[in-house]
Amino acid sequence: MSFNFDVYLQQSPEPGMTYIGLLGSGLAWTVALALSAWIIALVMGTLVGVARTLPYPWLVRLGNGYVELFRNIPLLVQLFLFYFVLPELLPTDLGDWIKSFGAPWGPFFTAMIVLGLFTSGRISEQVRAGINSLAKGQRAAALAMGMTLTQAYRYVLLPMAGRRIIPPLTSEFMTIFKNSSVALTIGVIELTAQAQQMNEFTFRTYEAFGAATLIYVLVALTVNRLMAMIERASYIPGTATQER
Amino acid sequence: MQNLDFSVVLNALPYLAQGMLFTLQVTAVAMIGGIIFGTLLALARLSQLVWLRSLAGAYVNLMRSIPLILAIFWIFFLVPEIVAWLLGSPEPVQVGTTKTAFIAFTIFEAAYFCEVIRAGIQSVAKGQSAAGQAVGFTYVQNMRYVILPQAFRAMIPVLLTQVIILFQDTSLLYVISATDFLGAASKVAQRDSRLVEFYTFVAIVYFVICFTLSKVVRRYQSRLNRSSANA
Repeated sequence: MSFNFDVYLQQSPEPGMTYIGLLGSGLAWTVALALSAWIIALVMGTLVGVARTLPYPWLVRLGNGYVELFRNIPLLVQLFLFYFVLPELLPTDLGDWIKSFGAPWGPFFTAMIVLGLFTSGRISEQVRAGINSLAKGQRAAALAMGMTLTQAYRYVLLPMAGRRIIPPLTSEFMTIFKNSSVALTIGVIELTAQAQQMNEFTFRTYEAFGAATLIYVLVALTVNRLMAMIERASYIPGTATQER
Repeated sequence: MQNLDFSVVLNALPYLAQGMLFTLQVTAVAMIGGIIFGTLLALARLSQLVWLRSLAGAYVNLMRSIPLILAIFWIFFLVPEIVAWLLGSPEPVQVGTTKTAFIAFTIFEAAYFCEVIRAGIQSVAKGQSAAGQAVGFTYVQNMRYVILPQAFRAMIPVLLTQVIILFQDTSLLYVISATDFLGAASKVAQRDSRLVEFYTFVAIVYFVICFTLSKVVRRYQSRLNRSSANA
């Protein structure tokens, strides 16, 4: 059994597509899914994370509940809940409207929302921890200067916490690319799914899974470099070792 | 809102319980195997030998870069090939879904356990290892009696959190049609056309188990923090 590079250039059963093209289209779906879900995750994660640091107990409790809900159910089960269960429980018209999205967009949007919300729970933990890691005097000083709570978060707390949580966010960003493969269970033909298809069409398992593995490693390296660049670009000398 | 009928779940409970048993078995095997293999990997990553350190590092980084589903696909293909090679058989030897699931989760999760354990070992004060060497302990004795007991005590909460994640991850066995808890539920759900009832039930069960466990871990962690603050 030898590794055969020619197989990548062979015609796949998809009209006009070679196997390398098939894998490329899988990668495109993976990237599109991970990036769009990442935007949802960042927005929701920041909102919920901030809510959990505000001086309103009911908001804190609501935020905690949100995190527990998304953290204690497996991603795959959440995906099935949104894809199979939710449309049935909603009013019939709304449910039918959701179901009217055919493949590939119906599964894609569902996976995007689920992956985004799932990741937002984890990001909100980082945001909350980042804000709480700042010295208490920072918030007090901002408020004492006459800033409103919104201004204190906008100009003082979030800019500092945001820089601190870049390293844990890097690992979340890498995780969202890996987790996006779960979407293959509801029919999103992303990278892992394409590798599996290629394996089934060609019986060239080493080539099919080997290529997918290599691509995932390259994606992880790229994300790592990108986040390191962002960390360096946003770094303010003297702020990293600020005492509490 | 269609007419929901949760009695279908009740009727399928024995089958679902079998699925849950398999889920728990995979979790237990991967936890024990993963912690043992993960400890060895962590020691290798902290070794003085450059080749051993790089090898372990490459393994861990590879496992942590690919999705679990792809790793499951790989291992379900590779294990029969490797067994055939070991036995000198010309054909791949099927070893069954159960054993392959054990192997897949053990070698994948070991990479994640390794990073937790490595951090735990590094959190032990440097003087401890030096003191161990000074009283004449060999490397193995030093690890066995001085470093690892302290490291494990500090990292039990993180390890348990990783086990909760592992427990949730086993649901991905669905992709190879294994009959774990989710797989069992999904099979009956499709037979009875009752996706809503079964998937809702599955979500509730996972939530209750994981939420309770994470509460226990958090309580243990705060106790640990208190006792180390008093020490």
